[in-house]
Amino acid sequence: MIISNIIEIFPVLAKGINVTITVLIASAIFGYLMAFIAGLCRLSNNIILRGVTTFYVEIFRGTSLIVQLFWLFYALPILFGINLGNEFWAGSLAIGLNYGAYMSEVVRSSILSVAKGQSEAATALNMSRFQRMRLVIFPQAVRMMLPEFGNYLIQMLKATSLVSLISMHDILYHGDLLRYSNIAMGGSVYFYVLVFFFILALPLIFLTRKMEKFSKKGVAN
Amino acid sequence: MKKWSWDTFFDAFPMVVQGLGITAGLTVACFLFALIFGFFWTFMQRIPIKSVSWLIRWIMEFIRSTPPLVQLFFIYYAFPSVPVIGMTLSPFTCAILGLGIHFSTYIGEVYRSGIDGIDEGQWEAAKALNFSTRKKWSTIILPQAIPPTIPMLGNYLIIMFKEIPLASTIGVVGILQLAKNYGAQHFNYLEPLTIVALLFLVLSYPSAILIGKLEKKMNRRFDKKEPSGSKPIPEGKGA
Repeated sequence: MIISNIIEIFPVLAKGINVTITVLIASAIFGYLMAFIAGLCRLSNNIILRGVTTFYVEIFRGTSLIVQLFWLFYALPILFGINLGNEFWAGSLAIGLNYGAYMSEVVRSSILSVAKGQSEAATALNMSRFQRMRLVIFPQAVRMMLPEFGNYLIQMLKATSLVSLISMHDILYHGDLLRYSNIAMGGSVYFYVLVFFFILALPLIFLTRKMEKFSKKGVAN
Repeated sequence: MKKWSWDTFFDAFPMVVQGLGITAGLTVACFLFALIFGFFWTFMQRIPIKSVSWLIRWIMEFIRSTPPLVQLFFIYYAFPSVPVIGMTLSPFTCAILGLGIHFSTYIGEVYRSGIDGIDEGQWEAAKALNFSTRKKWSTIILPQAIPPTIPMLGNYLIIMFKEIPLASTIGVVGILQLAKNYGAQHFNYLEPLTIVALLFLVLSYPSAILIGKLEKKMNRRFDKKEPSGSKPIPEGKGA
């Protein structure tokens, strides 16, 4: 019975895979971009730049993603007359901005944790501030960021399930439809949705483990 | 395009704030559930049969890497049809179960990191003193393993608090649901949703600062740079 269910259910859920993955990719690009911009800005000497980014990071870390999603979807168009186009942009923007704020802390702390001697050595070699960052600090910091970035990618995948609440047709949405249309199946359809999300998450889990190994390779302590 | 209206803000505020009790109560209930259930995962993982601990690790991985929203739906809609133990649960109970189980897997890891941080000598001392398993855990291991993890647990409390509005999707009337109700009645989501965001910010930001202070204090007290040698707490887990 379970097998026949799977054959019946999986093609239906697979219709949503497109939307889930597109939202994931869009929010990941957006999130990593925001992470680097905000993370670097928070280290800047410019007090205004630092203030603005701190404000952004604290706002997005201090409230919940679902509230931000609804706010961008329902409230933003009213307040500023900005129409984000469609649900897609509201969804990816909310997820990207939210996780970008979290990941900016990863960027910041990784850069700060590069040993001080490294930047002193770069200064001794008469490198400019930009060269120092680009050639010495940044390559070392990025390795440290990778495992956490992988973790957050899994978190973002989980977060994409929220876009079904703003009526995007992702995996969960098709699961909902199936529950409405097929009463006999009832709630068990959500188990298959969970399995589906897990299958999508598996490559990311292995990727994260690989990055963990990579970031430890050839580093003292 | 509509301007911000303070009248609507103050009109909606009392109504939205009413949900704060439910939201806060649910947070506390979920957290307690996760704290207790976390031990279940920690001890199951320590079962010395390889296949069992492997299975438990993958179950934890499954729960952790799938969306809590879907888990909530699963418990809410599928639990009544489970044979023998199946019954209709109130949305509140479902939310405690769903979010509680989700976060218990994270909290189980926190406990594990605390236990791993205990010096080998402590285990040997327990053995040398011929302590029973129960006595070893209750008088030697846990009293040393848990206190250093308190700041991490506090962080998870804040993270969990921010995930609580997910419960509005199965009909728990917290602040988010009340704001949406107000918005639907008045065709105006701007002010009520902003109030919800503000409430979350006002409650979680100071707590985060407090936890940060606590963490520093604890680290000094336990003379460690990082709690229990584990990796730093990943924030924003959940969602």
